[in-house]
Amino acid sequence: MQAAILEGGFGDAPIDAARAFRQIMTATAQPGTINKVAGAQPPKPLSIAAGVVLLTMCDPETPVFLTPAFDTDDVRAWITFHTSAPITTAKNAAFAVGAWDDLPLHDFSIGTSEFPDRSATLIVETAHLSTTGATLCGPGIKDMATLSLPDVAAFQNNALLFPLGLDFIFTCQSELAALPRTTKVS
Amino acid sequence: MAEMNDPNAARKTWMSLLAKSDAGVLADIWAKANILPDFRFLRAPEIGGVMVRGRAGAVGAAFNLGEMTVTRCSVTLGSGAVGHAYVQGRDKKKAEIAAQVDALMQTDLAAQVEATVLAPLRNIAETAKQARAAKAAATKVDFFTMVRGED
Amino acid sequence: MYVAVKGGEKAIDNAHAWLAEERRGDTSVAELSVAQIREQLALAVNRVMAEGSLYDPDLAALAIKQSRGDLIEAIFLIRAYRTTLPRFGGSESVDTEKMACDRRVSATFKDAPGGQVLGPTFDYTHRLLDFKLAADGEAPQVQTADTPTGETPHIMSFLDRENLIQDEPAGPETPDDLTRAPLELPASRALRLQSLTRGDEGFILGMAYSTQRGYARNHAFVAELRIGAVPVEMDIPELGFAVDIGEVTLTECETVNQFQGSKTEPPQFTRGYGLVFGMTERKAISMALVDRALRWKELGEDNVGAPAQDEEFVLYHADNIQATGFLEHIKLPHYVDFQSELELIRKLRREAQAMQEAAE
Repeated sequence: MQAAILEGGFGDAPIDAARAFRQIMTATAQPGTINKVAGAQPPKPLSIAAGVVLLTMCDPETPVFLTPAFDTDDVRAWITFHTSAPITTAKNAAFAVGAWDDLPLHDFSIGTSEFPDRSATLIVETAHLSTTGATLCGPGIKDMATLSLPDVAAFQNNALLFPLGLDFIFTCQSELAALPRTTKVS
Repeated sequence: MAEMNDPNAARKTWMSLLAKSDAGVLADIWAKANILPDFRFLRAPEIGGVMVRGRAGAVGAAFNLGEMTVTRCSVTLGSGAVGHAYVQGRDKKKAEIAAQVDALMQTDLAAQVEATVLAPLRNIAETAKQARAAKAAATKVDFFTMVRGED
Repeated sequence: MYVAVKGGEKAIDNAHAWLAEERRGDTSVAELSVAQIREQLALAVNRVMAEGSLYDPDLAALAIKQSRGDLIEAIFLIRAYRTTLPRFGGSESVDTEKMACDRRVSATFKDAPGGQVLGPTFDYTHRLLDFKLAADGEAPQVQTADTPTGETPHIMSFLDRENLIQDEPAGPETPDDLTRAPLELPASRALRLQSLTRGDEGFILGMAYSTQRGYARNHAFVAELRIGAVPVEMDIPELGFAVDIGEVTLTECETVNQFQGSKTEPPQFTRGYGLVFGMTERKAISMALVDRALRWKELGEDNVGAPAQDEEFVLYHADNIQATGFLEHIKLPHYVDFQSELELIRKLRREAQAMQEAAE
């Protein structure tokens, strides 16, 4: 195994992960805000932000699905070394990484009525992330917010499943925004 | 041994020996060996837990018995060799030494490390194991049948 | 009803300071070190590891020192610490066949291969107080003997060869985990065993004893009891192969139980299983008996309504940290609750008195 692949993890894991967690939580609590994160140097094509989310959220008990474009030996080795998360199919995934068009939305777990939290969180890698585009409203949003979303209907359908459903984190270089299942998109 | 064909057998053996060693003993042996490799952490020593599993009836379905403390560490040497350690307990120094030894065993220094670190460590482990087994053997019951008074 | 009340900080601080002083006791007596507790109170350390569900003798010894020897308090400390550890993964299932046995006895076969090895047991002591220990004790000399080189196969495997013992069904390689998901009933055998192995020794012992006295009697023999060290192996994801990550001392008890057969099973022996961290023999035997009692459904036996057959009763009351948490909370302030109870009783008394007076 190449040492290079094993680098790029958090330098000071407790501190870096706590900072990143705070950013991810803020992004989820206030959909439509864009948050900057740092601390990961993942192999390509993973963005820094996607790397930070994986390092912060994943462990041996959170299986990860990678779309073919992201499923490289380097990415697998990096995720395995730094998080010990098993790489799995979409159906069994707790987290998934991929571009919007490549993610098989209907294959992911949306949770059960007893345990709605047993659902997947999708890390959607985007080339562009800005606070212009679709209109968002719901918990954590005062009046309304806007965010560059790759789709509208898919998120509307997802919100209808509440309390079940998927949650989304959009990543672009070192920035991220989130769209939980509670947000109404129009 | 069935493990003869396993390409990882040798590495598995030394990593296992290091994992089970006493932290103080390993530190002493390491200090005496006086090998000071130039290394960098890929993963600084980190304390965590591993869920130990057993099997129902020793042969059936797996179940969770409870956790044990484990410290892990990964290093890379100047030469590029990568060493990993997953060792029992919460001693960070032990994990750091074990990772260095694992890396060194993949280099030209392997013979030296084997002779000055692993061999003494194996010796101590084997002696302790034998001493315990000998005490257990002394408590083995020798049955003898008394004459029965049946007539 | 809960109402936040402030105050008492100073009293609490002073109480904690006094607790620390009482913990130390008379300072003219030498202080106990953690290493002394680990080495000389090893069975207390073992119990704290088993019920704290974390194998680390130094931590368990520290917990015993901190808790002034209150083992449930020590277990609480270990459970709390355990939750702070990142979970690196799960081990392969330990292979108890490979155990380096300190002790290995069978109540069913006298001449079992490997023999009857008593180990450091209390069994044949006379339970007379040893006043020599009250004076400074010298380390006694221990006899040794040539080490047997043979294997010590599980006694059960002999019965298995004759097909006289029930098969153990396989299960998922990643078993359900009590510490990760809430307990759901009916519980898998894996969850039952996990719950029993970390359950309160006194509770499991009481349940096991009840089966012996006739509440869901299943007539257990200890086919084998073994205590010793086994290696723990884990698959290391970044290596792609498994290595030993340590070694733990375990106590394993396999019981063989008479079974008349049922609609679905032929007459045969059945199994109960106990496996516990440390040298914890009483607990392992108890666990095996309770495990066997809880298996009535899968073996097609009758539910005779005995406590040890009641999965919900056993599993929900076995954990001493859950139990003590709920139990001891009733000593904490319930001023408002009680005030309303007091009002109610006074009101009922007034009404009763008024009715009585009206009737006279």
